[in-house]
Amino acid sequence: MQLEVVVSLKPEVLDTEGRAIQSTMHRLGFESLESVSVSKRFILEFDEADELAFQKAEKLAKEHLSNPVSETYLVRKLS
Amino acid sequence: MANKSVFGDVRVGLLQYPGSNCDADCLDVFARYLDISLIPIWHTEHALPKLDALILPGGFSYGDYLRAGALAGHAKITPSIREFAKAGGSVIGICNGFQILTEMGLLPGTLLKNASGRFICRQVHLNVAEGASLYSKALSSSGSLTMPIAHGEGRYFIDDDGLERLRGEGQVAFRYSDENGELSDQTNPNGSIDHIAGIVSTNGRVLGMMPHPERAVDTLIGGSQDGLSILKTFLQSAQ
Repeated sequence: MQLEVVVSLKPEVLDTEGRAIQSTMHRLGFESLESVSVSKRFILEFDEADELAFQKAEKLAKEHLSNPVSETYLVRKLS
Repeated sequence: MANKSVFGDVRVGLLQYPGSNCDADCLDVFARYLDISLIPIWHTEHALPKLDALILPGGFSYGDYLRAGALAGHAKITPSIREFAKAGGSVIGICNGFQILTEMGLLPGTLLKNASGRFICRQVHLNVAEGASLYSKALSSSGSLTMPIAHGEGRYFIDDDGLERLRGEGQVAFRYSDENGELSDQTNPNGSIDHIAGIVSTNGRVLGMMPHPERAVDTLIGGSQDGLSILKTFLQSAQ
């Protein structure tokens, strides 16, 4: 089973990478671009029944792929 | 090996991960300035040898993959480090070592990309915070300490409740300041919350700091010897 985990900075945490991208895009003519947030995307493949795979992906995302101090995560089934 | 330095027979371990790059500096500084032969420990060991104190050096363990310090925080040796710290062992994590300590859960909060988006390598001044730890007691009379930082991800972050706890427990060890120890936004190089440059555990024995004390020991290469004062306090805390 294939799953996707997206890890993002919490909204209150300054996204320096997003800010740098936005600033350069402004210079390139995208003046209406109000903000950019950068997330990390992990594609996980489990050799496991769907429900178990989802539980394991959830545990992995919560305990390892994200840091609860500064990040949030989202788990989604891909196939 | 035990050492007969002014600190007595003190056994100090030095963790090494793939990508550690300040370990050799620590070996050299402890040998030449403190008369102590550090005991190198590779991250794949399952148990620490008998130690009084432990150093997690700077560098870029695992190339900062996932998050700075995240993969090193799950090394085979980690449970043994946790046990050592919980039993009251003295630990210092410098730069990447600080990041690893937060990822291990031995210190609260995390370290994010510098607010400027740039890697910063320069001298900073540190205000020694009031607190219960030996570091506060031993170093607070010095006004400010001077030593270098060299990091891209040193912006200390913790939520409001966590910050309140840190202040309440006297766990803030160092804050970025000017040379008189005064705090302002101009003296905060990386945007750390509350200007925090270093913190200690609730028992005061685990210190994590972004600045490099091991790079401020010899006036010959410029700067101060203030780093040596921190390392000496670290050794005192192990006695």
